[in-house]
Amino acid sequence: MLIQLWALLQVQVPGVPERRIQDIFKPMATPAEAEKNVALLTFAITGAIFIAVAGLLIYTIVRFRRNPRDTSNQEPPQIYGSNQIEAAWTVIPILIVFVLIGVSARVIAAVENAGPPPATLKVTLIGHQWWWEVYYPDYNVRTANEIHVPASPDGKTATYLTLESVDVIHSFWVPELAGKTDLIPNRQNFAWIDPREPGVYIGNCAEYCGTQHAKMYLRVIAQTPEDFNRWAAAQQQPQQIRGNMQQAKAVFESLACVNCHAVRGTSAAGSFGPDLTHLRTRQTLASGALVNDEQDLRNWINDPQDAKPGCLMPSMKLTNDELTQVVSYLQALN
Amino acid sequence: MATVDYPLERPREKVREFSFSETLYKWVATVDHKRLGLMYIVSALLFLVIAGIMATVIRLQLAVPNNHLVSPETFNRLFTMHGTTMVFLVGMPFVAGFANYLVPLMIGARDMAFPRLNAFGFWIFLFGGFLLYYSYLGGGGLSGAGSAPDVGWFAYAPLTESAFSHGSASDYWALGILVSGFGSIASAINVIATAFSLRCPGMTLSRMPMFVWVMVVDSWIILLALPPLSAAQIMLELDRQLGAHFFDTQAGGSAVFWQHLFWIFGHPEVYILIFPAFAILSEVIPIFSRKPLFGRPAMVGAVVAIGFISMGVWAHHMFAVGMTSWGNTFFAASSMLVGIPTGIKIFNWTATMYGGKLRFDTPLLFCCAFLFQFLTAGLTGIMLAVAPFDWQLHDSYFVVAHFHFTLVLGLVFGLFAGIYYWYPKAIGRMYNEKLGKWHFWLFTIGVNVTFIPQHFLGFLGMPRRIYTYSPGRGWELFNLISTLGLLFQIPAILIFVWNMVHSAIKGQPAGDDPWDAWTLEWSTTSPPPEYNYEKLPVVRSSRPLWDLKHPQDPDWKFE
Repeated sequence: MLIQLWALLQVQVPGVPERRIQDIFKPMATPAEAEKNVALLTFAITGAIFIAVAGLLIYTIVRFRRNPRDTSNQEPPQIYGSNQIEAAWTVIPILIVFVLIGVSARVIAAVENAGPPPATLKVTLIGHQWWWEVYYPDYNVRTANEIHVPASPDGKTATYLTLESVDVIHSFWVPELAGKTDLIPNRQNFAWIDPREPGVYIGNCAEYCGTQHAKMYLRVIAQTPEDFNRWAAAQQQPQQIRGNMQQAKAVFESLACVNCHAVRGTSAAGSFGPDLTHLRTRQTLASGALVNDEQDLRNWINDPQDAKPGCLMPSMKLTNDELTQVVSYLQALN
Repeated sequence: MATVDYPLERPREKVREFSFSETLYKWVATVDHKRLGLMYIVSALLFLVIAGIMATVIRLQLAVPNNHLVSPETFNRLFTMHGTTMVFLVGMPFVAGFANYLVPLMIGARDMAFPRLNAFGFWIFLFGGFLLYYSYLGGGGLSGAGSAPDVGWFAYAPLTESAFSHGSASDYWALGILVSGFGSIASAINVIATAFSLRCPGMTLSRMPMFVWVMVVDSWIILLALPPLSAAQIMLELDRQLGAHFFDTQAGGSAVFWQHLFWIFGHPEVYILIFPAFAILSEVIPIFSRKPLFGRPAMVGAVVAIGFISMGVWAHHMFAVGMTSWGNTFFAASSMLVGIPTGIKIFNWTATMYGGKLRFDTPLLFCCAFLFQFLTAGLTGIMLAVAPFDWQLHDSYFVVAHFHFTLVLGLVFGLFAGIYYWYPKAIGRMYNEKLGKWHFWLFTIGVNVTFIPQHFLGFLGMPRRIYTYSPGRGWELFNLISTLGLLFQIPAILIFVWNMVHSAIKGQPAGDDPWDAWTLEWSTTSPPPEYNYEKLPVVRSSRPLWDLKHPQDPDWKFE
C-alpha cells in the first residue's frame, strides 16, 4: 500500500527530476553549500571532542571499577583537585570555541550580507494558513505553492525571496537549497537561492503554524532559463476560456468560490485563497497535499476537510452536477 | 566501615497508627520541607507518566506515514501538552522537590527558611497544573471551539491571539503556567534564603555541599528568568481579554517581541531544568567512586559561569527570524561559550571517578550513562549554536533529538540516579537493586533507540510538530525505529514504578547510612524525623561524615 501511495505522489514533470529526499549534506545551491561546509567542520571538531572525552570516560569506567574480590574497606587515595589540570581543560575548550566562533561569523556574513548577482529574479513569498502565495513583481504573476525559478548552473544568477506572512509565522525551508528563514507578519525577511540543476525541490513549512502545519508543502521548480521564460510568459496571460466551457465558467462564477479565489480575466477576484488563473499548470493541489488530477481535484472540492482536516476551505455542498461543472472548468484553466 | 556514633542518641518517633483522615490532614496541612519535597517529587512523577503516555501516542501516530491514529487537532494538543507538562509540571517540581527535601538536611537545618511559603509554593504549582489540564474540559470556552491548547509549548504569537486561537485554550495555557510559575519563584526565594541563613555552625559557603551550591545558583536563575515569562503571559492575556495589541500583528503588534520575552525565560529555563542533574551527579559520583569531588572550586565556578552565560544566549532560538549578521554572530558566540564551563563539569566528574573504586550500583550506572549522553547532547548543542548550521537544523527533528538528549537522556537520568540514591533515606527501606539494574538497561536502550534516529530525520528535512508525513521522503525507517524504542522504555518505567512502590512496603530496612556517605543527611535517621536533627551538627569541612569516620585523616586538615 505504501508503494502505491508513493507512486501516486510521484508527479513527474517531463525532464525535471523530483527531489523528494532532501538531504542537507547534498546541497544544490550556494547557501546550502556554505551551510554544509561549516557543518562538516563542526562535525570534525565535535567528533574529535566526543572521541577524546568518551574514550577517557570508557577507560576510567573500565579501569577503575571495583574489583569484586576486593572486600577490604580501604579507601582509594583522596585527590581533591589540581589547578594545572583545571587550567588545561579550561584553556583548550576556549581555543576550540574561538575557532568555531570565527568560522560561524564568516559564513553568517557571507550568506546574510551577500549582494545580489546582476541577473536576479525577485519573488515575494507570502505565507498563509496553510499555503504559500507566490508573487513575481517583475512579471505581475501570482501563483501558489510552487515557486518556478531559473536554474543557475554557474551561480551567477539567483532568486531573491521577500518573505512575508498574512497571518501567523511560517518558515521557508528547502533543505538542499537553503536553511530556514521565517515568514513573519508585520515584517519583511529575505532569503536567496540559486539551484544548480533543474529539478523539483520539496520542502515543508518549518515553523508550527496551526492545525495543518504538516501539510504545508512547498515546491521549488528550477527550470532552464528558456523554460522559465516560457512558463512566465504563459502565466502572464489572463485566462481565455474557449466556447464549450462557458457554461461551466458560469456555474463557477455563480458559486461562493469567487469570494476567495481569483481567475484573472474573469469576475472571480477573491484573494483569501490561491489564485487559480493557471491552476492546470500546477503539479499539486492543497499546498502539496494532493496531486493535481481530475480525481483528486474532485475529491478536494467536494470535501477539503477530508484530505486536509482543519483547513480553511469549507465544503460548499455542491450538487453532483455543479461539482462536475466546476471540476471541468478548473481543469480547463491552462 | 565502622559504625559512626553521631551526633547524639536519636529518639525514634513513637509509632502510632493514624486514621486515613488524620494522615490526609497531616499531608495536606504540612509545612515540613521533607513532606513537601516528596509531594513535589510524587506529583512530578505523576505528570511524567501522563506526559509519557502523550509521547507514546505521538510516536505511534508517527510510526508510519499517512497514519490516521489521531486527528491533526488532537496531535497538536498532544505535543503542546506534552511539552508544557514536561517543562513546567515535571522539570520544575523536580527542581523544587529535590531542593526542598535535601537542602535543609544537607546544611544541617531544621526546615526551610519560610515553611509556609514553601507549602504555598507547592499547592499553587499543583493547582496551576490542574488549571492547565482542566482545559481539556473547559478549553472550548463560550465559543465552544477547541479544548486543550494546541499552540506548542512556546506558544508563539500571533498563533495565540484571539484571531487564530478561538475558545479559551490559550488562556488556560497562559494562566495555568503563570500560576504554577509563582510557585517556582516562591520556592527559589526559599532555597536562597535557607542556604544563606540557616547553615549549621561551621558550614561556610566553601564547605557547603556541591548539591546546595548548584541549587542556590539554580534558584537565582529561576528568580531572574521566570518574571519575563510571567510578564509575557500577562501581556498575552491583556491582548486576548482586554484588546491590547502587544503581539497582535494585525494591529501593529510584534510577533518577534514574544519570542524575545519567551526565550529570555526559555533558555535559562533549560539550565534551570538540567541543574538538579548536575547537583545530583556531584553528590552521587564521589560516593560511588569513594573519592571527593575533583576540583570543587572549579565546579562551583563553572556552575556560576553557566548561570551568568545562560542569561545572554536566548536568541539562538531565533536564528531563523532574520536578525542581522551581528545579532546572529553575538548569540552564536555566547551560546558556544556555555560549552566551556559545561566541559569543565564533565571533565571534573570524570576525574572524580579516575583513580577511584567504582561501585556500579544503580545510581552510578545512571550517572555514567548521563555522562555519555549529556556529552552527546552538548556537542549537538554546539552544532546548533553554529548559526549557519542551525539554519538547516532549526525546528527540525534534529532539535527534537537534541533537547530530548539533554532533558531525557540527561536530566531524567540524573533524576533517576538521585531518586535511587536518596530513596533509602526518604523511605527508610532499600529499593531492589536487581530491578534497578533492569530499569537502567531497558531505559537506556529504549531512549537511545528512540532518540538517536531523530537526528537523521532532521538531516533529511523532517520538521518538528507535523502530525503526519507522506511516504518517499526517506523518513519511514527512522520514524519506525524511533517508535520501536517504546518497547524498551515502557517496561523500564513499569519496573521502576513497581520497584518504588513494592520496596516501600517490602524492602529491606536501609539503616541511616547505607552508602557509607559523607554529607550530613546520612547522619540522621532514615527517614529523618520532622525536626531533622535533635542537636544541630557542627562541621569542619565539606565532608563532615568523612571527618567522623576517619579521625586520623580528616578533610579539614587539607581544606
